[in-house]
Amino acid sequence: MIKKEDHHPMESLLRMDRIPHIWCPGCGIGTTVTAFIVALEKLKLDFNKVCVVSGIGCTGRVAGYINLDSFHTTHGRAIPFATGIKLGNPELKVVVFSGDGDLISIGGNHFIHAARRNIDLTVICVNNFIYAMTGGQVAPTTPLTAYTTTSPYGNFELPSNVPQLAESAGAVYVARWTALHIRRLTNSIIEALQKPGFSVVEVISPCAMYYSRINRLGDGIDMMKFYHENSVIKHNEPTENLDIDYQKEIIVGKFINRERPTFTDSYNDWLVTEKKAQSKSMI
Amino acid sequence: MKANPRDVHTGAYYIDGDVAAAEGALAAGCKFLGGYPITPSTEAAEAFARRAPEVGAIFIQMEDELGSISAVLGASWAGKKALTITSGPGYSLMMENIGLGAALETPFVIINIQRGGPSTGLPTRTGQADMMQTRWGSHGDYEVIAISPDSPQESFEFTVKAFNLAERYRVPVMLMSDECVGHMTEKVVIPPASEIEVETRRYYDGPKDKYLPFKPDKNLVPPMVKAGDGYKLYITGLTHDEKGYPILNQNLNTRRLVDKIRLNADKIIETKEERLDDAEVIVVSYGITSRVAIRAIEQARKIGIKVGSLRLITVWPFPDKKIVELAKKVKGFVVPEINYGQIVFEVERCSHGNANVILVPHGGGSVHNPDDILGAIKQVAREKKRSEGIIEYKTGLEHLVFDQNKGSRPDLSG
Repeated sequence: MIKKEDHHPMESLLRMDRIPHIWCPGCGIGTTVTAFIVALEKLKLDFNKVCVVSGIGCTGRVAGYINLDSFHTTHGRAIPFATGIKLGNPELKVVVFSGDGDLISIGGNHFIHAARRNIDLTVICVNNFIYAMTGGQVAPTTPLTAYTTTSPYGNFELPSNVPQLAESAGAVYVARWTALHIRRLTNSIIEALQKPGFSVVEVISPCAMYYSRINRLGDGIDMMKFYHENSVIKHNEPTENLDIDYQKEIIVGKFINRERPTFTDSYNDWLVTEKKAQSKSMI
Repeated sequence: MKANPRDVHTGAYYIDGDVAAAEGALAAGCKFLGGYPITPSTEAAEAFARRAPEVGAIFIQMEDELGSISAVLGASWAGKKALTITSGPGYSLMMENIGLGAALETPFVIINIQRGGPSTGLPTRTGQADMMQTRWGSHGDYEVIAISPDSPQESFEFTVKAFNLAERYRVPVMLMSDECVGHMTEKVVIPPASEIEVETRRYYDGPKDKYLPFKPDKNLVPPMVKAGDGYKLYITGLTHDEKGYPILNQNLNTRRLVDKIRLNADKIIETKEERLDDAEVIVVSYGITSRVAIRAIEQARKIGIKVGSLRLITVWPFPDKKIVELAKKVKGFVVPEINYGQIVFEVERCSHGNANVILVPHGGGSVHNPDDILGAIKQVAREKKRSEGIIEYKTGLEHLVFDQNKGSRPDLSG
């Protein structure tokens, strides 16, 4: 007989008084949160010094379930909010946990510029190809021809390629996994958390409620298996090849891992140089 | 507590209002500015950026105003006194997160160097048309504080005051300056640090497991903690309970958000009153318009009109009680403002029909001609009957614009 545990194995990092969570059965956000928590535990970080910042949406609710300093902010603004926290206290490890609509559409400008500045943030982008919290509208990541409630005749807009966007904007670490690549996803989150600078981990996640239903893709578990089985691991694949086609092969792996001074490093260097120089104050 | 001497640039200077406001922010202990360039506020951000290394402050020019205000909120929760600087169009972009700031009871300051017009409007010229946006611009119920300087000296002093109010009430505070004050160069005396009173953030010091981020303990204001202090904060823009957890009940927290300003209004509000004792007419003004009104008031007194001045230093919360009380004693109020009527609605609301209220409008681009304010004072002084609603004074400018209609606006009723 299996011994019944009297406590959840991850309860120290979950807000147990907020469980049950709002996510649907078969959603990939839960497994992503599991991977994140395992990564934190493996890294043995000081949990008092780790912050999670989310925007709005299904993934935006992550901040509310993780027992760390956590901020559920406005739609699209998780990255600049996190930038403020990081610059306000560089000792903190700041993680942005949000969805594709939040990070790539309404927050796209912040994504680009935080990557360009190389702010020391880890961005976990759960990509479910749809605006799920609001009822299944077309997203900047919706694959061509896929149905959503606002693309009732099939999506005709080219979707964003998140790793390519991250690379071209200047991110120092970029990986993509599906929500069922738990071990590899966990390892990538560990690497991203350890990497100084702007790191991005994209997680292809089923939306069992809206994306699946309107496209008749089965239950969450069917989608999860489908994404997993139809993915091919190609580390260091040029990011231009990472477009996602509807119900076709998904390339996953670790694509970018490079060095560049972070914003804080550059700022501190600049401060030191500037302090040595005569104050240039006008008054 | 007194200001830190390292932060204060003590001395007498000849500087503009923008630079003086930046010096005020630094003197108040501000250590974070997230901004985006916008005329006519840029000199303030530039001054801050130059001084940042000396005082160990962070300056970051964000990608837009949405980013600026969000970074300011984040920096405030990381424990820094935080600031952003903007003007009308940028201010509009910040509105959503001003609401988040109010809901999360996050102390920060926005310096708004107002310019004229809706949309791009008059980028290089003055206006006072963001006054109602300050009060109502973000969605939902909330309260903020706004104060309005009329000189570079006050730009310095009031910015310090703005930070003090922000920390005391855990609320966004707006310094509602304008292009004229921002670009006006005058003598500014920055006192020694020992003479500058600076409010430090009130941090929670009880047992760690008992902390509730939204449980008030004094003046309806909860003490704060910072990210990284081990409190495992959960901070959400959803309507929340004292613990910060989402609840479907507005009455618990939103009620207090407005009450903490409304019930403390008497402690917050500051006005400057001149010659009110015998006044039959009162000019109610704020910011640069107060200085223009001085000349009109002097001229009116010379010709025997008993006119006084009520200058709103605090514009929000509005000094309701003061206007209610004065309305019972006087014939009327003259409200000059560089817009087509914003604060005048508040004056009319509070006068409860007891006094005439005349608006001296101005579309922006310059300050009023004092003759228009004088004309309005004369009109109120000779008015026998009490009018319903706001009377709009027909200024010289209006005559120019609508000359072909003999000084009146085109009749669009047909």
